[in-house]
Amino acid sequence: MSAEIIVVTSGKGGVGKTTTSASLATGLAMQGKKVAVIDFDVGLRNLDLIMGCERRVVYDFVNVIHGEATIKQSLIKDKRYENLYVLAASQTRDKDALTQEGVEKVLDDLAKDDFDYIVCDSPAGIEKGAHLAMYFADHAVVVVNPEVSSVRDSDRILGLLASKTRRAERGEGAVSQHLLLTRYNPARVEQGEMLSVKDVEDILGISVVGVIPESENVLAASNSGVPVILDENSNAGQAYRDTVARILGETRPMRFLDAPKKGFFQRVFGG
Amino acid sequence: MGILDFLKRKPEPTAVVAKERLRIIVAQERSNRGAPDYLPLLRNELLEVIKKYVNVDLEAISINVERDSGHEVLELSVALPDGKPAGNAAT
Repeated sequence: MSAEIIVVTSGKGGVGKTTTSASLATGLAMQGKKVAVIDFDVGLRNLDLIMGCERRVVYDFVNVIHGEATIKQSLIKDKRYENLYVLAASQTRDKDALTQEGVEKVLDDLAKDDFDYIVCDSPAGIEKGAHLAMYFADHAVVVVNPEVSSVRDSDRILGLLASKTRRAERGEGAVSQHLLLTRYNPARVEQGEMLSVKDVEDILGISVVGVIPESENVLAASNSGVPVILDENSNAGQAYRDTVARILGETRPMRFLDAPKKGFFQRVFGG
Repeated sequence: MGILDFLKRKPEPTAVVAKERLRIIVAQERSNRGAPDYLPLLRNELLEVIKKYVNVDLEAISINVERDSGHEVLELSVALPDGKPAGNAAT
């Protein structure tokens, strides 16, 4: 009886951590796993919006840690999958609301409740919230955009995962690291305007577990509060499905790495 | 990519520039990672040794590790108190 803890982290903000957390948790639930997804971004709650459960938040993560509510009262059951639960971040401005002991107890209680996976949606940065989100992790999904500041920050995070986690401190073996490249635009890569998958892999020295193409459907999904993985017609949704399968150990070829072929007139006259 | 693009001279693609810049900064930041951990201890032990001969305090010692292409320099500087024959600093 032990839950696998997966942190979704990045260092830099705005690269797609919450989008990824929502789709990863939903994808694992689609595979029949019992999943909890926790928003660690205290003060800036957003996962509830992306999951579409913002109006059902009664108690939050900090309430549980302070003993003001039980974990059962605070978990919000997903509308689509009965084995998927969301734990919202609180909107308090108290930065010290999360404690290591408090987080550990919540994770232990979830494990006792037979959860298979706990997805921890990290805040941006490398402060306390980000530290606690990664501290207890068994796996890490490091979300990176093909862009200089994101790549540099993700290298920082990879370094922290190797040293500032419970596994590292106890010598229990490394947190398994999965690099997820998001907002990928194959056409711009072909034009030499954007780092390629291989460039990012070369720089960071680790291979990607998935590549999510830049897609209009991601905004549409967040607009409607439906994780984009549920949009099976979108490239981004399919790429997330592939990624979840790979994290669960399946081998699947990468898709959507090439720009759509241009027609004859487009090639001659531009556009 | 239209017909007229053939006439323009191609500058180096920005992705190539980005990769090269990142390669260098990531390597540099990785090499700094963890290295400074032993420096405070080294500084204290050196201070103990120096104190046997000269009365200096902790602030008088500064230690830096600098990396240049291919080699590292451990720079140690001790500011001696005024009036000592050894002068103001020894490196």
